Amino acid sequence: MSFFSRSPWILHYDGSSCNGCDIEVLACLTPLYDVERFGVLNTGNPKHADILLVTGSVNEKNIEIIENLYRQMPDPKVVVAVGACACSGGIFARAYNIQGGIDKVVPVDVYVPGCAARPESIIDGVVQGIAALEQKRKKTA
Amino acid sequence: MKRTVVPFGPQHPVLPEPLVLDLILEDEKVLDAIPTIGYIHRGLEMMVERVEYTEMGFVVERICGICSFMHGMGYCVSLETIMNIEIPERAAWLRLIWAEISRIQSHLLWLGLGADAFGFENLFMHCWRMREQILDIFEKTTGGRIIHSVNRIGGVKRDMSDTELAAILVQLQDLGKQFKKTANVFGTDPSIAHRLGGVGVLSMEDARAVDCVGPMARASGIATDTRLIGANYYDRIELEPVVETAGDCLARVVVRMREIDQSIDIIRQAIDKMPKGEGMPLETKPRGNPMGEVFTRLEQPRGEVLYYVKANGTKNLERFRARTPTFANIPAMIKLVKGCELADVPNIILTIDPCISCTER
Repeated sequence: MSFFSRSPWILHYDGSSCNGCDIEVLACLTPLYDVERFGVLNTGNPKHADILLVTGSVNEKNIEIIENLYRQMPDPKVVVAVGACACSGGIFARAYNIQGGIDKVVPVDVYVPGCAARPESIIDGVVQGIAALEQKRKKTA
Repeated sequence: MKRTVVPFGPQHPVLPEPLVLDLILEDEKVLDAIPTIGYIHRGLEMMVERVEYTEMGFVVERICGICSFMHGMGYCVSLETIMNIEIPERAAWLRLIWAEISRIQSHLLWLGLGADAFGFENLFMHCWRMREQILDIFEKTTGGRIIHSVNRIGGVKRDMSDTELAAILVQLQDLGKQFKKTANVFGTDPSIAHRLGGVGVLSMEDARAVDCVGPMARASGIATDTRLIGANYYDRIELEPVVETAGDCLARVVVRMREIDQSIDIIRQAIDKMPKGEGMPLETKPRGNPMGEVFTRLEQPRGEVLYYVKANGTKNLERFRARTPTFANIPAMIKLVKGCELADVPNIILTIDPCISCTER
């Protein structure tokens, strides 16, 4: 497929999610969904990553971690917010330590809804992230 | 020898969750490990002041996405005790069955993550492939893969038909047979034995001294299992705690593998003993507001969890507190990490089955 002209590498960071979305992100890698067959790799190194996948919302302590990870990624880069918490704070929006969705810290390109977000919708979010990545590359080129 | 400090986390390839340790090294040896918390703290317990007690169950379910069912169950059992609600028999059996299914799910998930931590990616894939079958059962019976929301104060929301239950049992027993092959790899592969055997040994005395719970304590030879107190219909089930005596990382793997078989057997007994029929009552509606306080204990996949609920007769609870099993096991983890090799740190951390979002809430 020409669409996947370059296989995106993904950096996953767990903000303050309940594990539900993280586990679904990991489930995308396993045999039933297996995104690696499209060349989508989960990397632990922000300097190798094209797409930042954040689950969970922003709190007092992880705000600088998310900023830091985003800064370390090379341009062009895309942020995908996975799950209700990452989009808006979700069910925890009323908790005292939650500041809201991750768009408070970094610019978000794709929002994936759901509590917990299903693997199908996470994969869809990543595919839309690839399109956003392609557009950004054209702009900078 | 010069000392080095290696920051471990919050973003680390081995961990899906932000656990933070500052490892103080001398050469390759870990001298000390200093944990930092707060990266995932949401302030969930204080939400009782803003959310009514009838809706708080859905928040409590989201303490953790892995043992979400058991958290919801613990909250509902606490309030039922305060409000003196007797839940229908079938609802109690259904809860027990779902609880055991989520234990199998959690153990398969952990075995996969454990395998990934010692570099056996194929095994990780196999465990998670089997886990998807459990998630299918959950999706069919509750409607959700991860967050189920079937617990209500006074019972459960959905029923499983008797034919469905029989089909689930067949599916689980089939899964048990498939799992034997994978368990065989964990048990016989020489590289796994080399990587995990004799690593991170926790003696029975030490386990008692730092108050381990769950599979961690059982792997060190302590026959502790909160299910044995008999609450929530576990007194009607024949149950032997799974105990291993070696106390190393391999023993902790073996305990969890044997517990998968045990849970399948518990589900078989429960389906056998529960009252049969369609349209049986599932819910006793709560009346009025709760007043009083209670401690509830449950055996989660990771060990004993403790809930404290204090109600003052209004719609909002006065205090809700959960002491989760990972919190109880962290002192043991710090004890094991001290003095081990740097390369063993991921394995030791994973064998306590850490759930940071449970711990920090």
